[in-house]
Amino acid sequence: METSKLTKERIKEYLKAGKRFDDRKLEDYREIVIETGISNKAEGSARVRFGKTEVIAGVKMDVMTPFSDHPDEGVLITSAELLPSSSSKYESGPPKIEAIEMARIVDRGVRESKFIDVKKLCIKEGEKVWAIFIDLYSMNDDGNLLDAFALAALVALKSARIPKYDEKTGKAQYGEWTNNKIPLTKQMPLTMTIHKIGDKVFLDPSTEEEQTSEARITFSISDAGMINAMQKGNDTAIDIKDFNKIVDLVEKKWKDLYPKLGKLIEEKTK
Amino acid sequence: MAIKKSSDSIRPDGRKIDECREIKAKVGVIPNADGSAMFAFGDTIAIAAVYGPKPLHPQHLQNPEKGVLRCNYNMLSFSVTERIKPGSSRRSQEISKVTEWALYPALMIDKYPNTVVDVHISILQANASTRVAGINAASLALAHAGVPMKSLVAAVSIGKIDKTLIVDVSKDEEDWEEGEGATDIPFAFVEDGEAISLLQLDGKIMPEQLKEAAEMAQKACKEIIEIQRKALKEVVKE
Amino acid sequence: MTDDEGRKIVTPGEVIFTGDDYLPGEGTEKKDKKIIALRLGIVEESNNLVKIIPISGVYIPRRGNVVIGKIEDITFNGWIINIDAPTSSFLSVMECPRYLNKSDLSEFLDIGELVVAKIDSVKRKGVDLTIKIKGLGKVEGGLIIKINSSKVPRVIGKEGSMVNLIKKETNCEMTVGQNGYVWIKGNSIEEELFAKKAVMLVAEQALLNGLTDKIKEWFDKEKK
Repeated sequence: METSKLTKERIKEYLKAGKRFDDRKLEDYREIVIETGISNKAEGSARVRFGKTEVIAGVKMDVMTPFSDHPDEGVLITSAELLPSSSSKYESGPPKIEAIEMARIVDRGVRESKFIDVKKLCIKEGEKVWAIFIDLYSMNDDGNLLDAFALAALVALKSARIPKYDEKTGKAQYGEWTNNKIPLTKQMPLTMTIHKIGDKVFLDPSTEEEQTSEARITFSISDAGMINAMQKGNDTAIDIKDFNKIVDLVEKKWKDLYPKLGKLIEEKTK
Repeated sequence: MAIKKSSDSIRPDGRKIDECREIKAKVGVIPNADGSAMFAFGDTIAIAAVYGPKPLHPQHLQNPEKGVLRCNYNMLSFSVTERIKPGSSRRSQEISKVTEWALYPALMIDKYPNTVVDVHISILQANASTRVAGINAASLALAHAGVPMKSLVAAVSIGKIDKTLIVDVSKDEEDWEEGEGATDIPFAFVEDGEAISLLQLDGKIMPEQLKEAAEMAQKACKEIIEIQRKALKEVVKE
Repeated sequence: MTDDEGRKIVTPGEVIFTGDDYLPGEGTEKKDKKIIALRLGIVEESNNLVKIIPISGVYIPRRGNVVIGKIEDITFNGWIINIDAPTSSFLSVMECPRYLNKSDLSEFLDIGELVVAKIDSVKRKGVDLTIKIKGLGKVEGGLIIKINSSKVPRVIGKEGSMVNLIKKETNCEMTVGQNGYVWIKGNSIEEELFAKKAVMLVAEQALLNGLTDKIKEWFDKEKK
């Protein structure tokens, strides 16, 4: 059932007092669990859980002709599907705007941070480059799929190995991998979405909090604390005072979370 | 029916003729769903989620005499070596339909007119036999959702590599080229393994051997039902 | 197979009992002297009537149940209410405690609001609700949590023993809907969260014996 008015009112009252239904602090994420190797057919794959929210990401690669304006660069294509199995609110069919927006936000985070060294994905300039497909799927939606998707994409990228390349045919040899990982830089993008209700800002909403949220801003921040991508969503405007609160929170949270998550991802993708 | 020993097995992974890969079954993997389960034959992994019985909208799709079953089979893009473009294909639509026909005879949803039971099957990793893994996961998910069922539904693929019948086809066996090549025959049984609710074939087989294949499928499915029962009872204990 | 607490768990298609004397109750059918389970659950037998207590799945509406539902739509003579059941339910304007004009309907109960109601009748085409009895009506304030409807009997307890224990220890008002929706209202947020935690704990451990004592112990520990 969609969140009732009553619950939304209560969430607002709780937030005013700095409280949440699951007793978390406003700036806390739920328990984060990361796994790799979800599909042995993928170049790389990952499963991420934030509490009960669960998503899966897979990386597949293919050889294609580069775009004419970037003849020596690999290609990145990101897609997301909100599976009907993950929540009664999703139906079968082509991706709707929620899925499209999430995919594009995750994509921009990876792209703008220059996390992938796309020049190293060039096989033959102007003719053949590696394309990286990141496919994101929701498995159980209990709020904040976006941040979970972004994290899963990172883990999948970090754990991926490049398929063998057949020089004669100019094609990838699927099912056979080299020991080479995707060329990544240290500019790993951490994506965090801050939500606002009233004058309170908080992170990692549950489903009910997400349905009560008035506005959200997603930030993609890479290793030097540099913000590479942002997206404001939902239809309430954000007061400059609240905006500054949000930026402060993001900076504080990044300092805390970035090294921790970085370490966790390193461990899981050795 | 001759059963070959594993030491001189014709099968690429050394299995006996009537041996399934390692089966894993776990119930309750998707908290939001009314019922859910994971089922794997070796490294073919399927997840099913059931929502319902619930009111069916729009109204013109409703059946005033009994509930409607809707199945949706979907392979994740990275479940296979060559990426599948996300979205439905004609193949996945056909599999969705035969899955619906495989499960329906076991359900007793005539008690729920104007409702729908939605079954969503996702294949996470594919090493052949995906539709039967999906049906097994769906059967568990339906039981977990408390949908009244006369019996569980069990499914398995019978293959023929050259002239030999085998149980639980892997990709290598699906691609067999020697001799008569590969034949793939997915089966599903209801009524505790007494009646066939899914049957497809591609390849070549003579009628006599087909009967033998059905017997092998029935035996395997009865064993699968026991595994499903155990998995369902495990969820109660948690 | 019996579980740790000695109960018999059955799955669809399993034979529970064989014998002429047994009668098929809820969730079972009789075929050639055999009582066969039609769903996953725990067997309960009394006076030869065999039924299955569900441990999961959607809520099945029953006459007399008190439920908490959400107003989805308003028609000319009542409200369509979602109680998370296979069929939709309807509250007729005639089943309200006081007289209402057609134009007053949305003021009395608006879309998105919650109501505590009793199931008056369950028909093939839907459920009919009433709020004519004292204690029923619009839900105001507090918060709503959802548990699986099969856990509700445990959260209520024998003659209300569990829900009363929670109310007493947390100082909260509570209404438990048979459809799994639980309403909690406390004087402070802390008390409400405390009650919520207790309810979730009971729902998680619903299958254990001696749960009321375990919960009493938990309260004692938490309060220190």
